[in-house]
Amino acid sequence: MSERVAVRKTYKLFIGGKFPRSESGRSYLVQSSNVSLASRKDARDAVVAARAAVKGWAGATAYNRGQILYRAAEMLEGRREQFVALGVPGDEVDAAVDRWVWYAGWADKLSQVYGGANPVAGPYFNISTPEPTGVVAVVAPERPALLGLVSVIAPAIVTGNTVVVAASPTEPLAAVTLAEVLATSDLPGGVVNILTGRITETAPTLAAHMDVNAVDLSGVTDAELAADLEVKAAENLKRVLRPAPADHDWSADPGVARMTTLLETKTVWHPKGV
Amino acid sequence: MTATTTSARSELSELGRSETALRTFLHGLPGVDQVGAEQRAAQLGTRSIKTTAKAQAIDLAIRMVDLTTLEGADTPGKVRALAAKAIRPDPADPSCPHVGAVCVYPAMVPYVAEVLRGSGVHLASVATAFPSGQVPLEIKLADTRAAVAAGADEIDMVINRGAFLAGRYKEVYDEIVATREAVGDAHLKVILETGELATYDNVRRASWLAMLGGGDFIKTSTGKVPVAATLPVSLVMLEAVRDFRAATGRQVGVKPAGGIKTTKDAIKYLVMVNETVGADWLDPDWFRFGASSLLNDLLMQRTKLTTGTYSGPDYFTLD
Repeated sequence: MSERVAVRKTYKLFIGGKFPRSESGRSYLVQSSNVSLASRKDARDAVVAARAAVKGWAGATAYNRGQILYRAAEMLEGRREQFVALGVPGDEVDAAVDRWVWYAGWADKLSQVYGGANPVAGPYFNISTPEPTGVVAVVAPERPALLGLVSVIAPAIVTGNTVVVAASPTEPLAAVTLAEVLATSDLPGGVVNILTGRITETAPTLAAHMDVNAVDLSGVTDAELAADLEVKAAENLKRVLRPAPADHDWSADPGVARMTTLLETKTVWHPKGV
Repeated sequence: MTATTTSARSELSELGRSETALRTFLHGLPGVDQVGAEQRAAQLGTRSIKTTAKAQAIDLAIRMVDLTTLEGADTPGKVRALAAKAIRPDPADPSCPHVGAVCVYPAMVPYVAEVLRGSGVHLASVATAFPSGQVPLEIKLADTRAAVAAGADEIDMVINRGAFLAGRYKEVYDEIVATREAVGDAHLKVILETGELATYDNVRRASWLAMLGGGDFIKTSTGKVPVAATLPVSLVMLEAVRDFRAATGRQVGVKPAGGIKTTKDAIKYLVMVNETVGADWLDPDWFRFGASSLLNDLLMQRTKLTTGTYSGPDYFTLD
């Protein structure tokens, strides 16, 4: 009997809840694995998938979104060993799970804290509620590969946005493995889409795309590229989270800015009926 | 060639005289190789059309769109808005061509006619008790005359599928001939409703029947049954118009309708037209798309080609 041949894994993209190869057919060798090299068209397809998912995800109850994110944290915890085997330190996996749970808890609290009844001089109730902005394009920090990724995805989706993430080009395995976690977490397909490959190829397409509502440039290290992306994003007035400083400590308390930047405020006037 | 064409033409014009002659002719048409047709259609769908060729294809496809709204909820305001969009599909870009026609129910024709006057966009109206066609002939003809009188210059009629499937070809033929007379100078498009014809052989027979009856266009579907235009069905119809021109010298147009939603789909059809019947049909006078949502996708792709950035549905009208 011959020796068993192990099944080697090709790390694929995560678009619309599926794991397709790049439509360009390209891949690149990184972290001793073959990883898909996403093209501009993959970015376009990911935006289409993300847009299609907005209605269901933003329309789900905050409680339901919170439950699904808790479920993702459970799955992440269960795959701890797999991440460690990929070279992610155990502490970082723990921090990522905690970060995920922390954001999940905000799901049904954010609108209480950041919405409210406004005092007006008339017989009206005047109520402001925060709503998701829509599709968010994210350039994930290059490292820490897992904690950085969780720290940019979770705050965007907890409020009902959907995301297209350009993963770290040098450490993409954690991103694809996180996609496998999300795919088994009841998260509807298209809410999170992950592209691996060159930032210089996917990010400009995403920043210029007219059907993207916000960009998070956290992982952009090149100042020139960052400026170019901000200019492109200005074309249709996307909300912009600017690049994180090089010495940014991803394990520190993240605050709420990552969630609140990606929100729109809806204000309703309702007659009091006197 | 000319002699045979002339004799073939006179022979074909005799066919409508008797049920037997029609049946013998239609059942004598060679059968369609189902697997072959599907494979051929799938193969033609794999062509890659890029850059300048794509830009040309998109503009041609826009000119070929029959911008359609056939809803019970159509209002004068809604069809006027649609007609305005037909004249200037992309308000931001004056170089964008207008569409081929607007297609509406007969009751909506007067409102559309007002807007389209002098624009070069044709005005198509469905008639003959669209979509089922299950009413007496007099009513179908009255429906048709009313649409023409209101200003439609193209009439989309439905064939009597009940009679066709029951094998009463003469009845179907006579109805097409009667409608042909009723439309006068307007163009007559004959809807075969291929989704209800069940086999490709039936599609080929119905295509010939419609052309023999005097149709200027043959159209796949009403868009009101689950199965609408497909590539193989359109391939069979394109072959039929090619063979019909070879036999009679008269060119007939083809209009796939329903289910064509993306630029990619539209370009597949254009490739198939070019490969099956040739460039003679690559013109809005001879090939049309019956569609509504297709236009927005064409405009988005057009914008992508001209500006280099992907556009979004927020920047085009909802219809």
